[in-house]
Amino acid sequence: MVTGQPPDLDRVWEALEEIKDPEIPVISIVELGLIRQVGYTAGRLVVTLSPSFAGCPALDVMRKDVRQRLQQLGEESVEVRTVFSPPWTSDWITPAGREKLRGFGLAPPPRHAGDLTAVLQQAARCPYCESQDTELKNGFGSTPCRSIYFCNSCVQPFEQFKPL
Amino acid sequence: MKAELREALANYLTAIGDDELILAHRDSEWAGHAPILEEDIGFANLALDELGHASIWYRLAAELLDEDPDRHPDALVFTRPASEFRNVQMVELPNGDWAFSMLRQYLFDASEQVRLSALAASKHPELAQAAVKIRTEELYHIRHTSAWVRRLGLGTQQSNRKMQTALDLLYPRALQLFTEETGEAELASAGLVPRPDRLLASWASQVSEELIASELRLPDGNLSTPAGRNAHTSHLEPLVAELQQVARLEAEIAW
Repeated sequence: MVTGQPPDLDRVWEALEEIKDPEIPVISIVELGLIRQVGYTAGRLVVTLSPSFAGCPALDVMRKDVRQRLQQLGEESVEVRTVFSPPWTSDWITPAGREKLRGFGLAPPPRHAGDLTAVLQQAARCPYCESQDTELKNGFGSTPCRSIYFCNSCVQPFEQFKPL
Repeated sequence: MKAELREALANYLTAIGDDELILAHRDSEWAGHAPILEEDIGFANLALDELGHASIWYRLAAELLDEDPDRHPDALVFTRPASEFRNVQMVELPNGDWAFSMLRQYLFDASEQVRLSALAASKHPELAQAAVKIRTEELYHIRHTSAWVRRLGLGTQQSNRKMQTALDLLYPRALQLFTEETGEAELASAGLVPRPDRLLASWASQVSEELIASELRLPDGNLSTPAGRNAHTSHLEPLVAELQQVARLEAEIAW
């Protein structure tokens, strides 16, 4: 931060928009709804991040990416805080982010407004052909945030970004 | 919070963190060995989740003890002697067969459901928040493991027999998840953690319903009082030795 000038948070948000999820490189951490807050506290730039899945191995990479990118902006003192409250929900993924997931071949998580149990009963919509004639093959996938499905309509497997 | 309560709560969190860590280690041993690829991936994911949850409990413990939350979890995992781990014996037992591993994970997941629901009302706000977070992730675990309990219990004579053998071994040991540790009564009175006897009642009713529907018989007769969390089987020490092997090669290494 240049002394005497008001902090420009817009350019911080723009820089954060450039940071992609290391495991889904088409979507930014802002589109995923992981960044909860950005602000200066006593001259220190504090970015508050809400992790998606607690055990996600990409979390440390994302924290490091945030620090590095903001230091490139000239921010010398950057702190990345992890918060669990309110807990991250896949409902926070932006509409643009959902489209990017679909384009990547990942079915976007259905919105559940807090009722995760109900949404877990529904079949996922195939990201390739939009059919809902799909079957859950495994609740777990290649990363903590993915489930494996099979589409009976276009006869191919696909992954869903898990609703959380 | 009073100093004694802080310490007792840190011990509580370390104990439940140890359960998650040791179970994660056992789960990870299925990688490359599960009967089908999907289940290989399933156990690897369960391991990763439980490890993530352990790290949350350890960090909370660190904050209560005024330790560095970035360093304390590593110290607990990589430098503590096996004798100081506080996990229940159930999670340190070798994986056995598929029925044993799946049933163990189910009994543990069911205990997490009741514990996390109660911890979500803890008067320690950070603990309540973490419990809410972890509970939603755990819905995926219980869905997976309860489906397997049904499938194996109602499957063939052989799968049912293997599940029954596993249940007879595991059920008495699972009760150790609900023993009352030193200081726990005070923590419960302060509204920080649930009373273990209430957790046990609610866990027992949930799992018995599921197990009976899976045509499995609950052990009858009086079960002996389980040991406290200081007591371990001979299986923990080799597990911890393996877990710490690399870290011990170079104590000051930066990861």
